[in-house]
Amino acid sequence: MGVRYFGARVPRVEDPDLLTGRGRYLDDIDLPGTLEIAFVRSRHAHAKIRSIDRAAAESLPGVVAVLTAADLGAAEKPMPQFAPSPLIKQNRTHHILATTAARYVGEAIVLVVATTRGIAEDACDLVEIEYEPLPVMADLASALDPNAPKAHEDAPDNRAATLRGRFGNVDEIFARAPHKFAERIFQTRGGCHAMECRGVVAAEDALSGQLTVFSSTQAPYMVRRALAGWMGVDESRIRVAAPHVGGGFGPKAGIYPEEFAVTLAARKLERPVKWVEDRREHFLATNQQRDEIWDVEVAADDSGRLLAVRGRCLHDNGAYLPYGLILPATLLAPFPGPYALEALDIAIEVAFTNKVPTSPVRGAGRPNVAFVLERLADRVARELGIDRAEVRRRSFVRADQFPYKTGMVARDGSPVAYDSGDYHACLDAALDAIGVEDFRARQKRARQEGRFIGLGIASYVEDTGLPPFEGAAVKVERNGKVLVATGAASQGQGHATALAQITADVLAVPIESVRVKSADTASFPHGIGTIASRVAVTAGSSVHLASQKVREKAIKVAADLLEAAEADLVLEDGMVRVAGTDKSIALAEIARRLDGDGAMPMPRGIEPGLAATAYYEARATTFASGSNAAEVEVDPDTGAVKILRYVVAHDCGKLINPLLVDGQIRGGVVHGIGNALFERAVYDEEAQPLATNYADYLLPSAPEMPRVEIAHLEKPSPLNPIGVKGAGEGGTIPAAACIVAAIEDALAPFGVTFAEHPLSPEAILKAIRRSSAPR
Amino acid sequence: MPAAQPVTLHVNGRSFAREVEPRRHLADFLRHDLGLTGTHIGCEHGACGACTVLLDGAAVRSCLMFAVQADGAEITTVEGLAEEGGALHPLQQAFRDHHGLQCGFCTPGMLMTLLSFLTEHPDADEHAIRDAISGNLCRCTGYESIVDAALAAAREMRSG
Repeated sequence: MGVRYFGARVPRVEDPDLLTGRGRYLDDIDLPGTLEIAFVRSRHAHAKIRSIDRAAAESLPGVVAVLTAADLGAAEKPMPQFAPSPLIKQNRTHHILATTAARYVGEAIVLVVATTRGIAEDACDLVEIEYEPLPVMADLASALDPNAPKAHEDAPDNRAATLRGRFGNVDEIFARAPHKFAERIFQTRGGCHAMECRGVVAAEDALSGQLTVFSSTQAPYMVRRALAGWMGVDESRIRVAAPHVGGGFGPKAGIYPEEFAVTLAARKLERPVKWVEDRREHFLATNQQRDEIWDVEVAADDSGRLLAVRGRCLHDNGAYLPYGLILPATLLAPFPGPYALEALDIAIEVAFTNKVPTSPVRGAGRPNVAFVLERLADRVARELGIDRAEVRRRSFVRADQFPYKTGMVARDGSPVAYDSGDYHACLDAALDAIGVEDFRARQKRARQEGRFIGLGIASYVEDTGLPPFEGAAVKVERNGKVLVATGAASQGQGHATALAQITADVLAVPIESVRVKSADTASFPHGIGTIASRVAVTAGSSVHLASQKVREKAIKVAADLLEAAEADLVLEDGMVRVAGTDKSIALAEIARRLDGDGAMPMPRGIEPGLAATAYYEARATTFASGSNAAEVEVDPDTGAVKILRYVVAHDCGKLINPLLVDGQIRGGVVHGIGNALFERAVYDEEAQPLATNYADYLLPSAPEMPRVEIAHLEKPSPLNPIGVKGAGEGGTIPAAACIVAAIEDALAPFGVTFAEHPLSPEAILKAIRRSSAPR
Repeated sequence: MPAAQPVTLHVNGRSFAREVEPRRHLADFLRHDLGLTGTHIGCEHGACGACTVLLDGAAVRSCLMFAVQADGAEITTVEGLAEEGGALHPLQQAFRDHHGLQCGFCTPGMLMTLLSFLTEHPDADEHAIRDAISGNLCRCTGYESIVDAALAAAREMRSG
């Protein structure tokens, strides 16, 4: 069969364009006659909109239109709920442009269209909005108090929903457990910060009435569904496509008011229009993640085995539920983590505040849950004087327990089951790699030299390959090249390479012959979106299945044309060959025959086209897992943290391309280190955002990032034909927990503990000063 | 608004004479007036480095200067890096070999920053390379693969 691509470190097919400036991102789309859009956004976190005076803006030369919700026919019709759920208590979604009130700083109120973006922004400054400020819900901790200011002035309270996950008899276990420890944990808001901000280009074709929307999105099919539904237009009349997308990380997966507003403006003005989010708008108006306050309690036996966890999470969903309860629901999905708990009872209380809404950011709720569970596991170890790794070993699901039913219930009512893994092996691999044996001796020596080094460990599971499906169409073209089309969008993960590898193997063609098209509703009929580390599992399996169908069809036709038995045929080098002979026919020739070439009769019972479509229906999620270990040095005089080593041992099933998986893990870990040490969306008591540029909001940069050492343990998933699990978020999930644990270990002589992130130097110094322990 | 002013810029070996509004920054000018969209805009406050180009040989942020300030200057953008025939520059090739890019948005700025740096410091070690790209943000890679690519490219550029 020749070269096998699956499992090899294949360089990316995407790279040549992206390295030479030939990428085509949203702002690179330049349709003739395009007008540019800028938004007037609320300066208040919560205010009534009394009046809007547009006269001065409208009279500025170059301004084409100054539009409010009413002008777009959107005054009475809020955005659709993207993810409906019976658990939503108050279904609050944005208006496309705010009408009677604005409920966070940055909420769009007026849309200005002009010949250039500069003029549109000039005109925004001339729009006079009279506000009546309202009490602001800024403090999450008090959001559900009866007297708290209401984020929505017309609402009974700030409660959006309550979710609950539980199994076993938690009260009974807590009653008999010899050890119980409670923690209050705070996790702060962080953001997306894809290097490319969001953006939308929309144009309506005057002749056909076809509406084309380009959006820098992770989910073009969702955007089409929402737009068509809201506008009452046939889906077939709307094409939504994502061009090259400069990073997604979650927040580009939802639907946004701007996608609607820009599309409606194009229809109203009968001109192509473009809006490109600038970085300040990204800080103000792109969904963030968290805040969360967790009050949790763990029960353990004398050996340190974790028995049960119970508690409550107060989750800040910001001013609206643009993404339903998806983010809070991902706070339940990862429980009970890698631990074979006997009982669990977690309530997630979802509250509204006057801040930009929250939705999943890389890992969604999973890093938060990993932080909670790992802080609890470390607490048990510390209190009982048992090694932290030993607490984990005694509590983990064992390798002989797969498939392991956790006790939790999936959305379709079926029991949640971990499909495969070896949590002990991952932990041991991480600890071996970081050199745990002599770490305490090294730590002791370092302390004698006045240096404080620490070791952190953190383990996790990740539900990946989210149902229900993705699909793929595989077609051999007349020239023998292979076209793969899928709905699954890409934001830099290298899907085109991974999917091409799968097809190239099944059809025995060189990878250079395969072209992958994705993320365009005009190219493939159905799609879900690139979220929840699901594309390798769902699209990868679909491409495998569709390629197999093409292979079977090629063999069937070749058997007819070569007068050979199907069993004697093999595929190699773009040919179907009778094994052991020189009788063969090229896939291109078969494709031409099935295209009606020369009006030759088709083989009987064969449909035209050497092509097939397949949908992989995921019935259950695949569970990736792993353990991380980090060594840090903390300067107790400055609070500075230096990460000396970082090790990942993980299992994401079979690796399609280790080069790509390594890239996903390293990028994910660094995102998690950002969560651990740097990234904090700061608001004042009036919910005014204070960090709206990269001087005030710190992203990880190269000098302070460690190398990430990676060990892959491949435990194939039995749930899909290629044995894979997702890898896009596993790097981020345990990273904050791991780094904070390492800092705590380094500062053990001071007796400080941490129950929050990010840990700035200031936070570390404060903790040291508060501590009464002698140096 | 002040009237557009005439400028002549020499970009990737070609001369371009245009009329430009004084407030148009160089990145917008390259992207929208010249159609050279390989230069990307990530923050417009000089923090992310995605818009980095070479101006008379030095790496600069094209979002932090006006096009009129670049009148007469020699500019190199990512489009000018590969050879005419399409062969990648050793730095571009190293980025591909080491998976130094994912979404590709920060990549042009990374390439131009490193091109300038490695030309002046062909013996740079990992530490120096990490410092050199400290003003270029990447959300995808975690930087390690970019550093590896730069180290490999430096070797190649030294021997070539």
